[in-house]
Amino acid sequence: MAKVESKRGALSEERLRDFLREMLLIRHVEEKVEERFRAGELPGFLHVAIGQEAVAVGVCQAMEDGDVFASTHRAHAHTLARGTHPNELMAELYGKIEGCSHGYGGSMHLYDVERGNLGANAVVGGGLPAITGAALAFKLRGETRVSVAFFGDGATNIGTFHEALNLASLWKVPAVFVLENNHWAESTPAKQQLPISDLEKRAVAYGMHSTKVDGQDVEVVFKAARRALDYARSGKGPVFLVCETYRLVGHFVGDAQVYRPKGELAELRETQDPITKLRERLGIPDDEFEAMDAEALEVAEGAVAFAKAGTDPKPEDALKNVYA
Amino acid sequence: MPELTYREAVRDALSRAMREDDDVFIMGEDIAEMGGSMGVTQGMLAEFGPDRVRNTPISEMALVGAGIGAAMQGMRPIVEIMYEDFTTLAMEQIVNQAAKHRYMSGGQVKVPLTIRTQGGAGWSPGAQHAQQVEAWFVHVPGLKVVFASTPSDVRGLLWSSIYDDNPVLFFEHRMLYPIKEEVADELEPVPLGQARVHREGEDVTVIATGRLVHESLAAAAEAEKEGVSVEVVDPRTLQPLDEEALVSSVKKTNRCVVAHEAVVRGGYGAEVAAVVQHQAFDWLDAPIERVGSKFTPIPFAPVMENFVVPDAVDVLEAIRKTVERTGG
Repeated sequence: MAKVESKRGALSEERLRDFLREMLLIRHVEEKVEERFRAGELPGFLHVAIGQEAVAVGVCQAMEDGDVFASTHRAHAHTLARGTHPNELMAELYGKIEGCSHGYGGSMHLYDVERGNLGANAVVGGGLPAITGAALAFKLRGETRVSVAFFGDGATNIGTFHEALNLASLWKVPAVFVLENNHWAESTPAKQQLPISDLEKRAVAYGMHSTKVDGQDVEVVFKAARRALDYARSGKGPVFLVCETYRLVGHFVGDAQVYRPKGELAELRETQDPITKLRERLGIPDDEFEAMDAEALEVAEGAVAFAKAGTDPKPEDALKNVYA
Repeated sequence: MPELTYREAVRDALSRAMREDDDVFIMGEDIAEMGGSMGVTQGMLAEFGPDRVRNTPISEMALVGAGIGAAMQGMRPIVEIMYEDFTTLAMEQIVNQAAKHRYMSGGQVKVPLTIRTQGGAGWSPGAQHAQQVEAWFVHVPGLKVVFASTPSDVRGLLWSSIYDDNPVLFFEHRMLYPIKEEVADELEPVPLGQARVHREGEDVTVIATGRLVHESLAAAAEAEKEGVSVEVVDPRTLQPLDEEALVSSVKKTNRCVVAHEAVVRGGYGAEVAAVVQHQAFDWLDAPIERVGSKFTPIPFAPVMENFVVPDAVDVLEAIRKTVERTGG
């Protein structure tokens, strides 16, 4: 990849336009997921990351080949941003063997090991200890790779979070813990589940280097993630990266969100949409934006068509892959 | 032929694997300078250094999870959980993570992790340091479960577990660490899923694990004096299970006792009894007897502990019951 940052660290306009295209693609794929779920085509249940695209794109674009990550139940954005083709993601949601987990995982268990995706985890906080362990392996082998964990504010209350961060800091392993603070643990607001409002403080107890950024600004996220990854890669230890973000949808597709204060969602959609923010900042004219938007929509629609035409696993394939 | 204790045999398997393979390392609480709460890893810090003999915080979730992450990167970590009672703290990581990564990924990843742990009653440690929980893990697809009863088995099975590409729960028994057995100079791997016939017999098959293998052998010697010939078989690997070895033994003897230290209710013996009755139903001359602990937490006072936990006398009584049914 060509060097895109100037000496002063500013990203080129072209790079930012790439980020915008990526966020648009994620948005359209997520909207297709909502639409196809409501049409009754997708089994199980689904969590979309509408509103949180800048965190996924900023962090994943800052990662390097060989870096690995673990995601959460809200995994589509991370998976796409790290390079899994929308066709493979959508095929997984349809339970097809062309899916990125070959139909064994589903939305909450997306894997793509070739692209460093060690698995989305449906147990809140469940993937964090293994990220410490992957980083330990890199350190023991003298590899300059970094492992990255994504998780939400709700996860900062669970034991795996504290044990994983404690061990990572103690052993100074090359890991970056990315907190996507969307202020909701499913339906429970921050004030009912967190005794502190500044979650960056969580890192203090572990003596871990930390930083907090506006998670709706993809450039800011990218730069912070790049610094965090560099820090970890250089052997200085793990980093706690807090991204303040907003979930502009319910917890799951179909969530009536009775718990949300009236008007909150409309206001946030107006003021905190990372795509609108970047578009306005770049001053992209309507016709050009519409073209970008149409291009992303076409890819998302193509993914649905690909997935629908995919191959169902044989029922007895369920017996495979239990053991290596 | 050198003689090794069970404890030394575990250490020998760990050390040999670590000498041969940089990807093998051990992690656990108090395993470095102290050499482990059971002394299993004594001397290993000096030979292999702190990077590969890693003392950890008291943090079972992170400890097991870190093992999972390193294993997914192709290393072969061995995690020590000091007492099997403490596997409860890491249950989510073992059951939801280690066991399922391969499956959920559609076969993309392997988790070659070995979780060593130990436990067992007989020394009054009380209810939180003495229970036997091996059966819990047999219920989880994706895990392998090993329970070794002798020095040669523990050495050969541990080696095979380290080099298995799946997560393995490896159970050792606290009271077996001092027992001795002659072993070959060279480590002989014991394949997972292969039972061992400890003693051949004609009248009753006792299928026993862990400490109860030795209690069953003592019971068999007593039974012989009464004119009853007892075959003692140790499955050694609980998952996968060597069904063929167990069933063929029962087809020969027509009677079966299953014996373990864990409580009878929901114990591994229930699974073995089901397998045997289903595959050898027409050969059985008596109901399968089950021997295990009474359904209580493990008590502290030695007289109560001794009452709850099974020994050779309980196995002998079970043998007699099956024999009494002759012609019934």
